[in-house]
Amino acid sequence: MMRSSSIKAGPDHVDFKEVLAPTPFQDRVDSYSLTQDWASWNGYKTAKTYDTLASEYFAIRSTCGVMDLTPMEKYRVGGPDALHFLNRLVTRDISGLQPNRVTYVVWCNDEGKVLDDGTIFSLGGGEYRLCSQHHQLDWLLISSLGFDVTIEEETHSIAALAVQGPTSYSVLSAAGIQELNGLKPFGMINARVNGIECMVSRTGFTGDLGYEIWIDPSNASAIWDAIFALKEQGLFDIRPTGLGALEMVRIEAGFILPGDDFNTAETAIRADHDRSPYELGLGWLVNLQKCYFTGKRALFAEFARPIRRKLVRLSIEGNKPPKDAFLYDRKGGGRIGTIKSCVWSPILKTNVSMADIEYDKGAPPKQIWAEIYYQKELEWRATWAQCRLSIKPFWVHQRSSATPPQKY
Amino acid sequence: MTKRPSVIVIGSGHNGMVCSNYLAMAGYQVDVMEAKESLGGAAGVFEFAKDFRAPGLVNAAYGLNRKIYKDLKLSPQSEKAPKKIDCVALDVKGEHLILTSDGVSGHKISETDIGAYKKFKKEFTSYAKALDPLMTDRPPRLKNMDRKDKKTLARLGWNLRFGLGTDSMREFLRVGGINIYDVLNEYFDSRHLKAALAVDAVMGQHMGPRTPNTVLTYIHRVWAQTHATSELSTGKDILQALYNSADSAGVRFRPNSRVRRVLVEQGRATGVLLESGEEVSASIVVSNADVKTTFLELVGAQNLDAMFCHRIDNIRCEGNVTKIFFAVRALPQFRNLDQKNLRHRLLIAPNQRYVEHAFNHSKYGECSENPVLEITVPSLADPTLAPSGFHVVSVSATYTPRAPKQGWDNLRTVFLGNVLSTIEQYAPGFSENVEASKLLTPADIGVNYNNVGGHWHHGELSLDQSFMMRPVFGASQYDTPIEGLFLCGAGTHPGGGITGVPGHNAANRILEFGGRV
Ligand SMILES: Cc1cc2nc3c(=O)[nH]c(=O)nc-3n(C[C@H](O)[C@H](O)[C@H](O)COP(=O)(O)OP(=O)(O)OC[C@H]3O[C@@H](n4cnc5c(N)ncnc54)[C@H](O)[C@@H]3O)c2cc1C
Repeated sequence: MMRSSSIKAGPDHVDFKEVLAPTPFQDRVDSYSLTQDWASWNGYKTAKTYDTLASEYFAIRSTCGVMDLTPMEKYRVGGPDALHFLNRLVTRDISGLQPNRVTYVVWCNDEGKVLDDGTIFSLGGGEYRLCSQHHQLDWLLISSLGFDVTIEEETHSIAALAVQGPTSYSVLSAAGIQELNGLKPFGMINARVNGIECMVSRTGFTGDLGYEIWIDPSNASAIWDAIFALKEQGLFDIRPTGLGALEMVRIEAGFILPGDDFNTAETAIRADHDRSPYELGLGWLVNLQKCYFTGKRALFAEFARPIRRKLVRLSIEGNKPPKDAFLYDRKGGGRIGTIKSCVWSPILKTNVSMADIEYDKGAPPKQIWAEIYYQKELEWRATWAQCRLSIKPFWVHQRSSATPPQKY
Repeated sequence: MTKRPSVIVIGSGHNGMVCSNYLAMAGYQVDVMEAKESLGGAAGVFEFAKDFRAPGLVNAAYGLNRKIYKDLKLSPQSEKAPKKIDCVALDVKGEHLILTSDGVSGHKISETDIGAYKKFKKEFTSYAKALDPLMTDRPPRLKNMDRKDKKTLARLGWNLRFGLGTDSMREFLRVGGINIYDVLNEYFDSRHLKAALAVDAVMGQHMGPRTPNTVLTYIHRVWAQTHATSELSTGKDILQALYNSADSAGVRFRPNSRVRRVLVEQGRATGVLLESGEEVSASIVVSNADVKTTFLELVGAQNLDAMFCHRIDNIRCEGNVTKIFFAVRALPQFRNLDQKNLRHRLLIAPNQRYVEHAFNHSKYGECSENPVLEITVPSLADPTLAPSGFHVVSVSATYTPRAPKQGWDNLRTVFLGNVLSTIEQYAPGFSENVEASKLLTPADIGVNYNNVGGHWHHGELSLDQSFMMRPVFGASQYDTPIEGLFLCGAGTHPGGGITGVPGHNAANRILEFGGRV
């Protein structure tokens, strides 16, 4: 089934006349929403917040947050050449991907510039699910020439719910999923909740312990209710969380967002406004030894040259919000980049960000300064703040990888 | 003995042969793998009925480029072959026109038209000359230009500005993108004359006289003729000369050797795998096969970028010309036509509207009810094609889609009937002398000549598929994304027709990479 992409709108440009598609969770999402604060995510009506940003953020970080993930683009890939096709699509070598395993991937255009990122689920029996940030059906179809594959968009035919946070394991176990104790990160199992068949993967966008549940849309309300029933019983604090909280935790966890942190190759118009995996700090996802994949030739050539710029993680001193700030190689020095997305991290008590900066002969700048404009009582002021490169994600909890996870 | 670097050329079409000749001369060991039993590609001779042979699909070769003739030191082949082939625009009532490279004659042609024809030919010949630097070299890249790209552009610019002069340059820029229909109407009164010229602009293309771009296709043909050698005029002679010289330069031809795959290791072509299962390695592989076959079948999408494959897949290469060969008991008797004129190219296209109407059918997946025909009698120049007293009549008929709406099954007889009844109007009694006939639709040509789509030029010669966009951006300088794999067929710049220029340009490009040895 193909959906017309005409209902797509950028998250910040929701036209009041535009009809946003409901997800299968819409009843429940609506009834939990106190703010009625909506955004379009791939054309679906999605909550930005339900209650307050802080309570949702802390649900993910301290207890359990539940988020409707259905709008994430999902494609089913099958047929004799499915694995070949996917391996020619993505930069990472996925030839060894076992059934019931998930892997994070990016894919590029011919010039080696990133089109999108996503995850590939090996469903067994030679079937795969590819999840992506943006609509990719046309690129998948273009890429399928010469491969014996079937590609089906299943964004609306599979409902997805993220259950994330320290108590997510306990919550899902209490909901009746017993097999979770052996489930490793990037693994998945088939399970039942109140007799409802579902697929559970240990995946997420938060840097913490967390799961994603994949079900038939007809069971959406029932699954939601089964989880929130535990809250009613007073066992756990479980809160629905919106896009706002997700944005905070994903930056803390160091996950990039195509389209926000960089122009995807499909949307970049001017030369040099697209980015290669190397320029996004995703060189570890590129395997130049594997079979041919789209963009390999270009990436091979790029790999041999010193890197010219990179999307990096920067923490910024002080408490002034460095939104959209320009970056300089010293106070008042030469401009070397901009902040793409940033957030005040409540848990780290600092500003953290994704920033696009120029490298000099393959090396990062020795110093990075942000010039921050901020308002105080309606008066604009400017200040300088020093930034620090962070190689690792700002925040990843060890419980995110412990198997079996601890009960909280 | 030191081992010479080896080249495999896939396909023995005339462009493959030209390329092989140059490479062998430069010291490479060249092996030509040809899928068919006979050599020569679309211009290869074959038996179409018992004891009757056809000189391939080619009626009248555009003409082997003079430079190639000289570079390769080729020699003339048959005595009987005419030095040049003119064009006879047939008329139902017998008021035929004879068009030569610089003049037109006929019963009803006016002095004004005779003068206009001279002017027209002169003008278009000057465009053809101005464009020559662009044609006989790799088309320049516009981004990341190297010295040669700049030189080609500079020469082209110089030729257009100073070679043509202000008036001609302005005129060239005015007509370059428009259609031949309008331009011919500006020059001439005679509807018949206009149609004869229009045929040269549209034959082989999915275009009618009113299609934009048809001035360029016309210039393409004039360019080929302007720069052709007069020593070799028929397709068969051109091939024979090329074969002889290749053979003496040590090129090895292997007919019945269909290539199944180009072997690619780490992004580099290392040889070919034959249909027989045999693997032959080589340091350079050159493909004379059409572009879709080369990339999508022989190299395979798994070795290429997705968008590149998409562009290849989108090349328009649907053939529009059906070939019909007649084995005849006697020479056709065209009303009021001197027998000696049967050695020329005979056209049936009474006026431009007739041609445009014929094209309309093919736009909607049908065959022309009243087709445009180009007729030759090749057995006059080459009596070996038919038993003595008999003749071969070769017809290129347009327009016929490769995949007509109703399928080819019943349409074959219908269309053959259309062709015969059309000829019959001009040469009454023609059908009675037909011993046997053979009809090759574009679909047949695609299969028989291993040419996806069965297109005259291995792909439309439209502006978006020409010059630096031929065959596609990313492979327009004969080298390809696969290191060591080159293209040399009609699908590359400057396109098809028997000229040898793609093969020549490709060889130059290969030598730029590999050097002489
Ligand atoms: C109906 C028709 C009429 C035409 N009439 C004229 C005319 O009157 N005058 C004129 O100048 N031009 C004419 N042309 C155009 C001319 O024939 C072509 O442009 C020309 O033949 C192209 O030459 P080439 O060497 O590039 O390719 P081709 O002649 O097509 O040769 C390609 C060769 O590659 C071989 N090949 C393909 N795949 C493989 C494989 N996998 N393994 C091994 N071998 C392979 C093929 O068998 C073929 O022999 C006509 C074309 C058509 C279709």
